[in-house]
Amino acid sequence: MKNVSIKNLLFITAGFFAAGLFTSCKPPKVDSALSGDAAKKVYVAPGKKDELYLFTSGGFSGQVGVYGLPSGRMLKQVPVFSQDAETGYGYNEETKPMLMTSHGYTPWDDSHHPQLSRTDGQDDGRWLFINANNTPRIARMDLGIFKTTEIIELPNCGGNHASPFITQNTEYVVGASRFSIPYDKDGDAAIAEYKEKFKGTISYIKVDPQTGHMKLNFQLLVPGVDYDLSRAGKGISHGWSFFSCYNSEKAHTLLEVNASQRDKDFIMAVNWKKAEEYLAQGKGMKWAANYAHNVMDEKTHTATTTMEKEVTVMDVKDLPGVCYFIPCPKSPHGCDVDPTGEYICASGKLAAVIPVYSFTKMQKAIADKAFDGDYDGVPVIKYEAALDGEVEKPGLGPLHTEFDDKGNAYTSFFVSSEIVKWDVKTKKVLDRVPTYYSIGHLCVPMGDNIHPYGKYVIALNKITKDRYLPTGPELTQSAQLYSIDGEKMQLLLDFPTIGEPHYAQACPAELITKHEVKFFKLDSNNHKYAAKNEKEAKVVRNGNDVHVYMTAIRSHFTPDNIEGVKVGDNVFFHVTNLEQDWDVPHGFAVKGANNSELLVLPGETATLKWTPERAGVFPMYCTDFCSALHQEMQGYVRVSPAGSTAALKFSTGEE
Amino acid sequence: MKKLKIFTRIIIAVCALAMIPSNFVSVWQIQLEAPQYPEGMKMEIWSHKIGGDIDKINNLNHYIGMAQIKEENFPEFKIMPWIIWAFVVLGLLTATIGKRFMLWIFTSVLIASGVWGMYDFWHWEYQYGHNLDPHAAIKLPGMSYQPPMFGWKQLLNFLAGSFPDTGGWLIIGPAIVVVALLIYEMFRKK
Repeated sequence: MKNVSIKNLLFITAGFFAAGLFTSCKPPKVDSALSGDAAKKVYVAPGKKDELYLFTSGGFSGQVGVYGLPSGRMLKQVPVFSQDAETGYGYNEETKPMLMTSHGYTPWDDSHHPQLSRTDGQDDGRWLFINANNTPRIARMDLGIFKTTEIIELPNCGGNHASPFITQNTEYVVGASRFSIPYDKDGDAAIAEYKEKFKGTISYIKVDPQTGHMKLNFQLLVPGVDYDLSRAGKGISHGWSFFSCYNSEKAHTLLEVNASQRDKDFIMAVNWKKAEEYLAQGKGMKWAANYAHNVMDEKTHTATTTMEKEVTVMDVKDLPGVCYFIPCPKSPHGCDVDPTGEYICASGKLAAVIPVYSFTKMQKAIADKAFDGDYDGVPVIKYEAALDGEVEKPGLGPLHTEFDDKGNAYTSFFVSSEIVKWDVKTKKVLDRVPTYYSIGHLCVPMGDNIHPYGKYVIALNKITKDRYLPTGPELTQSAQLYSIDGEKMQLLLDFPTIGEPHYAQACPAELITKHEVKFFKLDSNNHKYAAKNEKEAKVVRNGNDVHVYMTAIRSHFTPDNIEGVKVGDNVFFHVTNLEQDWDVPHGFAVKGANNSELLVLPGETATLKWTPERAGVFPMYCTDFCSALHQEMQGYVRVSPAGSTAALKFSTGEE
Repeated sequence: MKKLKIFTRIIIAVCALAMIPSNFVSVWQIQLEAPQYPEGMKMEIWSHKIGGDIDKINNLNHYIGMAQIKEENFPEFKIMPWIIWAFVVLGLLTATIGKRFMLWIFTSVLIASGVWGMYDFWHWEYQYGHNLDPHAAIKLPGMSYQPPMFGWKQLLNFLAGSFPDTGGWLIIGPAIVVVALLIYEMFRKK
């Protein structure tokens, strides 16, 4: 290269640049394109019905969302732990007691894990149970009427997260404490005394097989770690429940660091049948307690609160054979039992593998006393003695697993934002598919039953980012539907949900629709203030209380003209919907009502308390469009000044 | 003393002037992408500061126990603007004097600075990537999490990419031209 021209200079320069630019290539992203037939698989033609019901937890909304699948269409939001002005739940006089707790009226909560009632390990479509995490409660929704009909508060519980996780025949729903708290000296202890004084509890709430009514049968006093999630055993492991435990470090501050130090936390196995035997032998301590039990009476349409005063507590240290810890890598969340009941797989949020335990090996380890000492008096089974195998390199941040009908497991991965399919027997990873974004729990229809329905997996995501039109700083919550029919999982649909969808359960529609109630029978309405026909409509004064026995039928209220109410009176509008037909609710609203409206279903009675603070004539009207003359369904209440002598008068149709 | 061609001197002057803006834009970038960050994140290294999504990145790094990346920990930010100005002045001097030995000096300074810059960058990446807090929530295998020096690398759920930014190209580009000019001047026909 003796002679270099200007032209060559350009080549030299370009050569340097090219070398700089092309030395590294970006790895391709996983293809997220939908395949051609996705639309067909989720399309439910107008007038056609969905194949499945999906019940999602409403998270911090405190409610339950009901959706049809595969369309993802939202059908209903059922109020559970939070007031709902739309239906009057928690505002009207009948449902206010539903939200009573030992802390008084508690009109919101954080609902996490819906659980369908079960017979022989299969969803039976009768009830849906869901936990409240903050003020510990368990609610029962009646799936004939899609209303919350019972809520029981859990005493001696710091926060009810590992709940309700139902047993095979709905014998029990459980509630294990996420936050341990002290129980001595009225619960007053220094936070720094955590390690010595703080304890957890697991409540076993018995469910009446006929009525569904819940009763707190006993509580187990357990070591002071955080109990996260749970599943009841089934099949061969029926009679046991399994709980994931984190914070075995027993940290009480900066848990994100201090509760992440040990290589292994625990799965706790509880033999509840054995605990029942101890209970029958009178092993329990009677502890004074104060907790609310709220029941909606289907005949009076009225809820009542009973404050329960006692609970039976048993310390697991005194119950040999009831409780065992099994080491589990690191900070486990999901603790899931496969359809056979033999395999229990745990998802350590910070773990590099998914351990799968064998129930049979666990039993053998217990028989052989293959223990690694104890933790707070509870025997710790040797990890290898209970382990069936580990799923290697499954992904980052495993959270929760459900199962299909073909021996496969589906685990959600929060950090790597994907669903991973693996074989329960061989522990081999078979397929992985991205989720958008950061999946929490997932749901296979009947995926925790003995015979899962399979076909789909639903991803319940924590972040939506760029998946939907933006709505300001707070974006929609969302779920995603994937087909799991074939070898490869296939994304079918994104659909928004009420937030936050922590967990969901899905089952074939006919399991629910066979219990369907179309309206309440007026003949069976035993509400104290029901007016079961227009002749029974009346207005009665009792001191400052004015009771309006009102009827609603298309398209008028009786009475619709009321006079003689005075400022400062408590007016109770007891509205009975006289309709005996499907899908004809009536609404009731009166000007200045500062609680809510009423939504009265056919055959039902609901009561709005109204305290007029000024004189005048106040319109009232029907808020739920009921007929061609809905707009005419209106009336007036005249309110006279306090001390007025205006006589009580009421009428409909008098000129 | 060999004289540079007037053509060479003009281009050297242009190259020197082209480096000026790199004091006012980001010189190097580290891009981060993860499933839950489809929009990506970017750490910018300017001659005198750190920019981009550094607060977001610092917050995420605490999970693995990486130390906070803070401007005041890097004395380089006090020196780098002067180095760039030195390039400009040296380039303009070379163009003015127009002697080949000046081009040798200019090229050597550029190459030496480049080598020092890359070493310094690697050194800091090593420091941050290997001094992880052993008490962090996520303990990494080998206790190391070193971002790439150049190119793409998968780190847990993050795909990290390290590349020159606008300001970097405004130095690298002219520097390549200057090197090419030196080669040209060495071997051109008399």
